[in-house]
Amino acid sequence: MTTMTESRNLTGTSAVEIDDISKVFGRGRGAVTAIDGMTVHVGTGEFLAVVGASGCGKSTLLSLIAGLEEPTTGAVDVGGHRVAMMFQEAALFPWLTVGANIEVPMKVNKVPKAERRRRVTELLALVRLSGFERKRPHELSGGMRQRVALARALAQDADLLLMDEPFGALDAMTRDILHDELERIWREKSLTVVFVTHNVREAVRLGDRVVLLSSRPGRVIKEFTVEGERPRRIDSGQIAEQAATITDRLREEVSRHA
Amino acid sequence: MPETDVRDRQVQGLDALELQPERGADERGAGDVARGIWASTWPKLAAVAIVLLAWQAVVWSGWRTEFVFPGPDRVLPALFNEITDPEFWTAVQVTMRRAFVGFALALVVGVVVGLAVSQFKPLRAAIGSLITGLQTMPSIVWFPFAMLLYGISESAIMFVIVLGAAPSIAGGLTSGIDYVSPLLLRAGHVMNLRGVQRYTLLIVPAALPMFVSGLKQGWAFAWRSLMAGELLVIINQQNSIGWALSQARQLNDADRLLSYIIIVLVIGIMIDVFFNWADRSLRRRWGITR
Repeated sequence: MTTMTESRNLTGTSAVEIDDISKVFGRGRGAVTAIDGMTVHVGTGEFLAVVGASGCGKSTLLSLIAGLEEPTTGAVDVGGHRVAMMFQEAALFPWLTVGANIEVPMKVNKVPKAERRRRVTELLALVRLSGFERKRPHELSGGMRQRVALARALAQDADLLLMDEPFGALDAMTRDILHDELERIWREKSLTVVFVTHNVREAVRLGDRVVLLSSRPGRVIKEFTVEGERPRRIDSGQIAEQAATITDRLREEVSRHA
Repeated sequence: MPETDVRDRQVQGLDALELQPERGADERGAGDVARGIWASTWPKLAAVAIVLLAWQAVVWSGWRTEFVFPGPDRVLPALFNEITDPEFWTAVQVTMRRAFVGFALALVVGVVVGLAVSQFKPLRAAIGSLITGLQTMPSIVWFPFAMLLYGISESAIMFVIVLGAAPSIAGGLTSGIDYVSPLLLRAGHVMNLRGVQRYTLLIVPAALPMFVSGLKQGWAFAWRSLMAGELLVIINQQNSIGWALSQARQLNDADRLLSYIIIVLVIGIMIDVFFNWADRSLRRRWGITR
């Protein structure tokens, strides 16, 4: 029970520094500015939630942090952190068993076989899927697949986890339980998380801070520091109140595009 | 500790509920299994019976004399005579060896061409549609040219088998690679799958089901080309199914002729069953169908 009140050692250093970046897709008249003048810093060990309406460049932001794309101007610095990424779909390899899926990133990192087996067992226990090692992805439920995807992401030995609406396709009950699970693993593994979502309540439930983005182009409108001891309950009054403030601001932004 | 315990039970309870089948299934006893086997066998037996009956009916109608169109009562004993004759088995052996060697050659050529086409854009633009065009060509038109190139020899037959089968194999491979889910490609990308590992761990297994469909189609073309080849390119005194067929025709031995036709049909069905089995077990493993 002590872990619940223990303060995490936020040293104040940044895991991710995004300084005044812009990202333009295409050239000439057809060009689209996805992100314009965005500055975001993510502290080491912080859980940052990012919300915004469609076209706010959330996914582009994650691709830039992951180094899958280069910003048009400005710089993204992840200071040597190892990055893993999760999507709305688990994107597991259907021809591999659960265990073999988790081994894939370790094979990339040339981890020896015995060590891989050991880590698979450990990671499956972490996501509470011990005993499912030999199942195939299609034999699991959506929530279980996402937990395998989380184990696979952790098998990359990453300490910076980027999540692109990872629970968007799950039912409310499963999502609720996975919030608890993600929070627990985030603490246990001292991860830094950037969590992108459409769901304001989910953002307030999980985030230390919530960054609200504008749409077309994406830009930071406002940052909110979330109040309330962890673990929070998504149905608590405190969450609802803070979510309402952010939702109001988000609606304002959306009506600007009418 | 109690906290984690409660959480553990919640998660496991949810998993158990999600994994429970929505509909119950009947328990299957020995009798049910036997009934299942019977249910899948009797239509096949019935089909054979219908064919034999229809065949016999045509013979009875007197459409042709029994000398050129014998009924099952004469062909089936002839067939039995053949399959107990060692000569017959050498013929089958020669033909099957040609089929497998030709198919293996086509496999090598098809894989090399398929990989090259899927890798280099200009090459695809240049010969992509040529491959599709080749697939539509009746392979028999290649035989005169093949005989000019290689003479009356097995090489001529191999040449046509490769031309018939390789395009399907190459086509299956390229479309398999083309249709690897972008989702999986993205997942591979963020896991830093690069170079050879990208192929061994992601692209090849993902493309496998379509590749097997290409193989199956390629086999069908190879088998047809081979049969046409053995009838056209008659290598003297070398026993093979094709040779036996043309011998039987020259000797007006309709019983033997028909029994070899049945053999060709049976071999075709057996290989088809094999490919269907491979295709189905792959798909089940990949979770495409259950």
